[in-house]
Amino acid sequence: MSEIKEVIINNDRLATDEYLVNMGPQHPSTHGVLRLLVKLEGEKVLNVQPHSGYIHSGIEKMCEAISYPQIIHLTDRMDYLSAHMNNEAVALCVEKALQVEVPDRVKYIRTIMDELSRLASHQLWWCVFGMDLGALTTFFYGLRDRELILDIFEETCGARMTVSYNTPGGLMADIHPNFQKRVKDYLKYFKTKLPEYDKLLSGNVILKERTEGIGYLTKEDAIEYGVTGPSGRASGFSCDVRKHVPYSAYPFVKFNEILDHRCDTYARYEVRIKEMYESISIIEQLIDNIPAGDYAVKMKGVLKLPEGEFYQRVESARGEFGVFIVSDGKKNPYRLKFRSPGFSNLFALNKMATGHKIADLVAIMSTLDLIIPDIDR
Amino acid sequence: MKSFIEYIVSIFKGLWTLLTGMKVTAKYFFTPWKHLTHQYPENRDTLVMFERFRGEVIMPHSEKNEHLCTGCGICEINCPNGSIEIISKSILTPEGKKKRIIDQHIYHLGMCTFCNLCVKACPTGAIVMGQKFEHAVWDRAKLTKVLNQPGSVIAAGVKE
Repeated sequence: MSEIKEVIINNDRLATDEYLVNMGPQHPSTHGVLRLLVKLEGEKVLNVQPHSGYIHSGIEKMCEAISYPQIIHLTDRMDYLSAHMNNEAVALCVEKALQVEVPDRVKYIRTIMDELSRLASHQLWWCVFGMDLGALTTFFYGLRDRELILDIFEETCGARMTVSYNTPGGLMADIHPNFQKRVKDYLKYFKTKLPEYDKLLSGNVILKERTEGIGYLTKEDAIEYGVTGPSGRASGFSCDVRKHVPYSAYPFVKFNEILDHRCDTYARYEVRIKEMYESISIIEQLIDNIPAGDYAVKMKGVLKLPEGEFYQRVESARGEFGVFIVSDGKKNPYRLKFRSPGFSNLFALNKMATGHKIADLVAIMSTLDLIIPDIDR
Repeated sequence: MKSFIEYIVSIFKGLWTLLTGMKVTAKYFFTPWKHLTHQYPENRDTLVMFERFRGEVIMPHSEKNEHLCTGCGICEINCPNGSIEIISKSILTPEGKKKRIIDQHIYHLGMCTFCNLCVKACPTGAIVMGQKFEHAVWDRAKLTKVLNQPGSVIAAGVKE
């Protein structure tokens, strides 16, 4: 007879076992193909290790082979929700290198378009944030309002998301005759809808319980990790490029930089809601005062930048977006680097999520407003 | 005792916030005719795209089967991803001179990113952006199109 060994299950050891779980790359709440390697103890998150690169498309390398006006259509495809700002960053950088001054009309239209896309981006973020926490209703309400902004884009730029409206030296086309009327109608409409967002979600007890005190990111950490945009401002880090290094028509308008010192997930939520009000006020200041003039400066057929290094940053909907061009005097850049806000914001996730539950990880990640092509490029 | 009362109060406050949200959804639930969705495949006949909408690159032809393309190849140079190929041929003009004209303006719809650079660059305005957006086909080869119609000629008076 063989000896039967009794296996003793050590309950203590089981309870303290740590294990690794892959969240993504096909997880619905990672908003794309992002893989998070999560170290768990029970439901408690011990460590989050983001693995990016699943949809790396080599945009920076592709830019080395194409001319400056052609680069713009690739920047649409990085952060597709703030395509206008990305386009503008490249256009401004090329204009800075060539020392071209664009007419005021171009500056005004660019700023209005920036703020409209910021509105559209924050609306989409709002509906997805609600959906991540299990409130499906918000998804329909946010998309309903965003659709009308996309209609405005489509009428003037010709596309809904991949707009390619800015070119070095100005704009692709003048604004559509209906543009001003449509924007004004929209603002009137959206001002009645934005308080509904607050009623639906902001005050909701479930949202508050799940977000207040969750995902704490101190100001020092935000600066250390380079967390910019609404996520950084919710930690009290004053990082609004529109305020500190004004470009386009931002010097002409009055607006507040929204800062919050609560540093948690709910603060990041509220900063974005308040930014929508600011965007509305910026557009209202500009829409009636678009000066007459040309919509573009006449540029040369082949743009050649002088030798040197050029950097231009803009405030995209997610944070500071920068373009760094190294030129050797040819029509293609020698090297081009994009500083995308999503990449820096993502890597602060470990700091914020450690010690919280795995369900909170979803909420924290959602308030960072990650766009995966922006991270992978 | 005090904390117990606070607990009960917080329950009712929480319920109230839920009801506030429910009020908004109820408003839309009972007035659906104000917020209609577009019934897309059904409204194809009445659906009009915006005039600037970039659906595909097309080359308009007149009734006499004439187009404006000289075959200069500027659109091909401006295209960032090689979706345009110009195949030209040389012919003898009645005066006995050799002249290069367009043979085939090949457009790869599958590679196009609709950036509008070719249309902007065209010196004669031969190509424009069309409004068609339903591009799904069963065979990938169908996405390669020849834009100039067979037998078409360049319109008289187009400067080269």
